[in-house]
Amino acid sequence: MKNEIGKWYRSGSPWIWMNAGAVAISIVMVIGLLFLLTVRGMSHFWPKDVLQATYAPPSEYSEDTATEIIGELVESEQVPAVQIASSGIPVDESQAFYQRNLMKLGNRDLTGADFSWVLDDFVTDISYPEGVVTLERREWGNFYGFLAEIHEQGQLVAETSNLTGVDEPLWQDFNQRLERALEIFEEIYRIENDEIGDINYAVERLRLQQRRLELNGEDTPANLAELDAERETLDAQYLELQLELNGLYEEIGRDSAVFVAANGQETEIEFSEIVFAYQPNTLGVIAKIGTYFQKLGEFLTDEPREANTEGGIFPAIFGTVMMVLLMSVFVTPFGVIAAVYLREYAKQGVITRMIRIAVNNLAGVPSIVYGVFGLGFFIYIIGGEIDQLFYPEALPAPTFGTGGLLWASLTLALLTVPVVIVATEEGLARIPRSVREGSLALGATKFETLWRVVLPMASPAMMTGLILAVARAAGEVAPLMLVGVVKLAPSLPLDGNYPYLHLDQKFMHLGFHIYDVGFQSPNVEAARPLVFATALLLVIVIAVLNLTAVALRNRLREKYKALDSH
Amino acid sequence: MSSTSEQQDVVNGESSPREEGGFFDLGSSQIQLRRKLRHAFDNSARVLIAVGGISVIVAILLIFFYLFYEVAPLFRAAEIDEMASYELAEADASAPLHLAIEEQTENAMRLTRSGVAHFFELHSGAELAQIPVALPPGTTVSSFSLASEESGIFGLGLDNGQVVVAQYGYATSFVGPDNRRVLTPELEYPFGEQAFDLISNTAVQTLALSEDDDTLLIVAADQDSNLNIVEVSQQSSLFAAFDADSGGNFETERFDLDLRAPGLSQILIDGDQLWLYAVSRGGQLSMLDLQAASRGQADDFSSVVNLAQGSAEITQVKLLLGGISLLVANDQGGVSQWFPVRSSEGTVNLQPIRGFEPLPAAVVELSAEQRRKNFVAADVEGNVGIYNSTATRQVLAEKLLTSAIRQIAISPRGDALLVESADGRFAAWEVHNEHPEVSWSAIWDQVWYEGYSEPDYIWQSSASANDFEPKYSLVPLSFGTLKAAFYAMLLAAPLAICGAIFTGYFMAPAMRRKVKPLIELMEALPTVVLGFLAGLWLAPFVERNLLGIFSILVVLPLSILLASFVWSRLPQQFRLAIPAGWEAAILIPVLLLFGYLSFAVAPFLEALFFNGDLRFYISNDLGVTYDQRNALVVGFAMGFAVIPTIFSIAEDAIFTVPRQLTYGSLALGATPWQSLHRVVLPTASPGIFSALMIGMGRAVGETMIVLMATGNTPIMDVNIFEGMRTLAANIAVEIPESEVDSTHYRILFLAAFVLFMFTFIVNTVAEVVRQRLRSKYSTI
Repeated sequence: MKNEIGKWYRSGSPWIWMNAGAVAISIVMVIGLLFLLTVRGMSHFWPKDVLQATYAPPSEYSEDTATEIIGELVESEQVPAVQIASSGIPVDESQAFYQRNLMKLGNRDLTGADFSWVLDDFVTDISYPEGVVTLERREWGNFYGFLAEIHEQGQLVAETSNLTGVDEPLWQDFNQRLERALEIFEEIYRIENDEIGDINYAVERLRLQQRRLELNGEDTPANLAELDAERETLDAQYLELQLELNGLYEEIGRDSAVFVAANGQETEIEFSEIVFAYQPNTLGVIAKIGTYFQKLGEFLTDEPREANTEGGIFPAIFGTVMMVLLMSVFVTPFGVIAAVYLREYAKQGVITRMIRIAVNNLAGVPSIVYGVFGLGFFIYIIGGEIDQLFYPEALPAPTFGTGGLLWASLTLALLTVPVVIVATEEGLARIPRSVREGSLALGATKFETLWRVVLPMASPAMMTGLILAVARAAGEVAPLMLVGVVKLAPSLPLDGNYPYLHLDQKFMHLGFHIYDVGFQSPNVEAARPLVFATALLLVIVIAVLNLTAVALRNRLREKYKALDSH
Repeated sequence: MSSTSEQQDVVNGESSPREEGGFFDLGSSQIQLRRKLRHAFDNSARVLIAVGGISVIVAILLIFFYLFYEVAPLFRAAEIDEMASYELAEADASAPLHLAIEEQTENAMRLTRSGVAHFFELHSGAELAQIPVALPPGTTVSSFSLASEESGIFGLGLDNGQVVVAQYGYATSFVGPDNRRVLTPELEYPFGEQAFDLISNTAVQTLALSEDDDTLLIVAADQDSNLNIVEVSQQSSLFAAFDADSGGNFETERFDLDLRAPGLSQILIDGDQLWLYAVSRGGQLSMLDLQAASRGQADDFSSVVNLAQGSAEITQVKLLLGGISLLVANDQGGVSQWFPVRSSEGTVNLQPIRGFEPLPAAVVELSAEQRRKNFVAADVEGNVGIYNSTATRQVLAEKLLTSAIRQIAISPRGDALLVESADGRFAAWEVHNEHPEVSWSAIWDQVWYEGYSEPDYIWQSSASANDFEPKYSLVPLSFGTLKAAFYAMLLAAPLAICGAIFTGYFMAPAMRRKVKPLIELMEALPTVVLGFLAGLWLAPFVERNLLGIFSILVVLPLSILLASFVWSRLPQQFRLAIPAGWEAAILIPVLLLFGYLSFAVAPFLEALFFNGDLRFYISNDLGVTYDQRNALVVGFAMGFAVIPTIFSIAEDAIFTVPRQLTYGSLALGATPWQSLHRVVLPTASPGIFSALMIGMGRAVGETMIVLMATGNTPIMDVNIFEGMRTLAANIAVEIPESEVDSTHYRILFLAAFVLFMFTFIVNTVAEVVRQRLRSKYSTI
C-alpha cells in the first residue's frame, strides 16, 4: 500500500489532479453563479401558491400567540436552536435545529412589514384556500386576502357567497371592473405624462426663450406679446386636459372591493390601486405559465413603482440601450481610424510600439478613473463652457454642466476605445500582405486598397471590437455614477418633444439600477427578487454580446487561416 | 465611381474589343485628371487618417495630463501680490489693539488703544467710520482681549477694574435699483452696554474672553495676577427675546477662586470653555479646569508646562481656529502648536504637537484664518510666514516690509493680508493659497489631529462645521485597496494559475474549446452583478455558514487528492474509458459532493465546538470584530472577477510554449509533470508573472464590488472579518458631493491619479515582459 502511494506520488498525478481541481472549481463557480442568477431571477415571476396557516410561536410573556397568516413561502433555512433562543423565543434547546421559513405576508399597510420569519415547527393548519387573491398594488406592495364585496359609487353591488372558495361570478365581475380601471388608468397616464408633459416642456421652453430675449436685450413688447400669446394657448390646452383628467379620476374611483386579510380585518381597496390580480391557488400549470409571462412582460415594459422596488425596468433598459448606441456612434469611427493609422499609416518603430502598449494598457486602467475624467473634464470644464456660450438663459441651472446622456456616452466611448483599437488592429494584422500587395500591384492607391480591400476584410474584427466594447459599456457602472446616471429619471431621453433626443438629460441604467435598488432602497428584502431578475437580464444581454463576438472572431480566424495557406 | 473597376478596365484595355482605337491612351487629359484626383484623394485621406488617429491617441493620453492638471495645484506654494500701501489719515500713532479684515476683503477694522474702532477700505485706506466703544466716564483702556475672530466679540479691560464687552461687525443692506450690496460698519453690545465689574478698584492688567452659545466667560487679572472669573449668560426667560434692548436680561455669575498665576502675561480660554490657560512671562503655562472652577472645586491649576523650548522666550500665544490648539511664538522666529491630550490614565496634559519652519527673527504677531487651520506669523524684521497646522506646512515665507511689523491680520477666508508696520504704514496683500492643507506628510504620514491622543492615519473628509479639521490621509484608503486586492489574489492566484496550467498543458483539446469561452464569459460578467451577489447573497450566506466556508478550503483539496488516488487504483479498463485530459470534468461531481458535505456537516461541528454559532463565537469569545460585509466576502467576489483575467493570460503563456521543448523533455524520460515544472513553467514564468500583475491591477482598481460588498469604513486593520474602503470606492462615494476645485475634490483626483499611475505602470511592465516572452518563443 505504502509503495502504491509512493508510486502514485512520484508519477506527479496528485499535482496534475490539483491543477485539474482548480479548473473544475472555476467551472463550478461560473456555472453555479449563472445557475443562481437564473433560478432566483426567473422564479420571481412564477405565481407561487399562497398558503393560509396558524402560527403560534412560544413566548415567555403570553400563552396565546396564535395568529393567522396568509402568504408565500420565500425561503427556508436550518437554524441552531441556541441562536433562536438567544433572540428571545423560548424554544426547546434539546432539538438542535429548527427550520425557519421566510414568508412574504404582504399587506404592509395593515401590518407594517412585508416579510416575516416563521418557525416551521409552530405552523399548523396549513391550507391552500382557492379563494385567496394576490393583488399587486401601486402602493404598499402585495396584498393577500379574500374577496368579500364589490362596491360601486360606495354602494354594495356584489357579495361573496363563499369567502375562502371560488366564487366564479364575483371573480368575473371583479376582473371586468379591474380591466376597466386599468384602461382608464392608462388613459390618465397618457394624458399626464405625454400630453401634459409636452405642455410643461413647451412652457419651460417659452420661459427660456423669454430669458434669452432679456439677456440679449431684445425683450421688446412685441416679442414678449408673442410669447404671452403662445403661453395663453398652452394654458388653455392645459385647462382642457385638466378637466378631462378630473373626469377620468372620477371614473376610475367608481369601484372598490372589500377584502378580508389574514387576521380577519376587512379592507377596502380601490380598483385604481390595483395593477394585477390573480387567484394563485386556482391556477393550473398552463395558467401559471400564462401569468408568468404576463408578469415577465410587465417587468420588461413597465415603469418602476414604489422607489424602484416593484414594477418594471423599462426606463433602465431604454437608458442603457440609448447610452450604448450613442457610445457606439462615437467609438466606432474613432477607434477604427486610430487603429488604421497605427497599423497602416504610422511608421512602425519604437514610438508606435510604445503607443500600442499604452493604448493596450488603458484598457486596464480602472473604470472609475474614466468617470473622474468625465466628471472633471467633460462636465465641469466643457459642459460649463457650453452652458456659458449656448444656454445662458437657463443658468444657474446647468444644462450640459451636469451629468447627462452625452457625457456618459463620451466617457464610456473613451473607456472602450482601446478595445476597438486593439481588436481592429488585430484584424488588420491578420490580413495577409499578399492581399494588399495584389491590390497595389493593380495600380490602386493606398487609400483605395484600404477602403475596398483591407477594411471590408477587417470588418468582422471591427464588429468584434465594437461588440466587446458594447458589452463592456453595458456592464460598467462606476464611471456612470459620476457622469449622469440617476435612480429615477422623470422622462426618457428620447421622446416626441423637440429636439427629440435629449443629450443633456440624465437617464437610468440597468447596472446602476441593480446597485441602487439592492443597496440604497428602503425595502431591500422586497426588492431583492427584482434585482436578481434585473441582474439576470443584464448578464444575458452581455453574455449574448460576448458569445457573438467570440463566434465572429473564431469565424474570422478560420477564414484567414485559409487565406494564409494559399 | 468605382476606381478598382476602372483599374481593371485600364489593364484589360489593350485587348478589349470595346476600345475602338485598339489602344487605351493612358496620357489623355481625362485620365491624367482622374489620376491627379485619385492621388489628391489618397493624400488627403492619408492626412485625415493621420490627424484622426493621432488626435484619438492624444485624447486618450489627455486623461493623464488632465488628472495631473487637476492635481498639480495641490502642491503649489502660496503666492501673494501687493494690492495697496497707504497711511491712515487721523490714525492713532500708537500700536493698535487689534486689526481685522472683513469676510469679503472689502473693509478692515483697526481698534486703537483709546477704544476707537476705525473702519476703512482695505484697498485704499479711505476711512469709513470711527466708532468709539462706550466706556464709562473717566476710565482708560488697560487691556484687551478678543473672544474669537469669527464672532468679533472683544473686551476692553479698564483701569478701574471693569470690563466692557462689544462686538464689531458689518450690517448688510441692498440699495439701489441693481441691489448693490452695502456693508455698514457697526459696533454692537451683545451682552449689554454696561461694564462688568471684575476687579475692585485696580486696573485690569490681563484679560481673556470666550463666547460660546450666548454664554460669555470673562477672566481678568490685576497686576498681582489674581484671577477673577465672571460668567455672563443670557437669561432663558420666555420674554427675553422681546426685551433684548433693556439690558437687564443677563445673568452674571462670579466663580469663587483664590488663584494667582505669578508673572502673568496672557490668559486664553479654549473654544469649548473647558480650559483656562495662564501664560507667564517666563513661558510657564498653567491649565485650569473651568468646569471644576464653575463648581467651586478648583483649588489649584491642574498642570503646569513650560512652553519655552531651550533659550527662546515666548512672545505670543494664540488660539487656532476651533479654539483647541495653542500657537506659541518665540523670539527666535519659531512657532509651535500645542493642544491638550488625554493620556491613557485619563489626565489631560498640554503637549507640544509640532513645530513649524521658523522665521528669521522674533515673531511679534500671529493671526489665524477662520475657515481653515491656517495662520500667519510676522517677525520684527518684516518677514511673514503663512502656515497650515495639519500639514505642518509653511506655504509661504516672504519679507514684506523692510521695517518691523507691529500688527498683522489675515482675512477670514485667508485671501487677503493686512500688515501694519511699526512706523504706522499699512500694506494690503492679496493671498492665493488654495490648498494649504496638503503636503506629502499630511497625505502619507501619521498626523496628530486635534482631539486625538496620538498621531494616526485617518481619512475623514466631510466637514460638519467650519472649524472641522479635515483629515486627508490616503494611507487607510491605500491600505484598504491593497487589503482587498490581497484577499482577492489569495483566492484568484492559485485557482487561476493552476487552472491555466491544466488547461494550457494537460487538458484535452475538446474540453479546452468549451472551457475557454466559459472563462471568457466569466470575465465579461458585470462587476455590479458580482458586487450585488456578494453583498446581498454571499455576505449573509458566509455569515451563516462560516465554518462551512472554512472547511471547504480544507476539504476540497483533500477530496481532489483522494479522487486522484482512487482513480489511480481503479481497474484499467475503467480508467481508459475516459482519456487523459478530462480529469477536471471527473472532478466536478466530486467537488460538488464534498462541497455539499462540508456545508451539511458544518452546523453539527459548530454545535459541537463553537456553541452552535461560529460567527457569535468569533465576536464574543475571541473578541474579533465581525462585519457582515467583510474582506472575506470581497476576497471571494473580487477573486472571482480577477480569476479570468489571470487565467487567460497565463493560459496563453503556457499554451504557446513551443511543443518541441516538451517533446524533448518527455523523450528523455521525464513524466508529464516533470516536464511541466522543469521545462514549461520556467519558460512561461514571465507570462505568468505578467498575468499576476495585470490581475493585481484589475483588483486594485475595481470599484463596484468593493462598494457593494464592504461597509466602506476607512479603517486600517488586516482582520479578514472587517471591511475596508478602497481608493476607487472612496472616489465613487465622495466625488459627486465634493465642491469643484476644492482641496477635497483635488485630493480625490489625486487618488484617481495614483490609481491610474499604479495600474498603468503595472500593466506596462506586464505588457513589456509579455512581448519579450513572445519574441523569445518566436526564435525557438
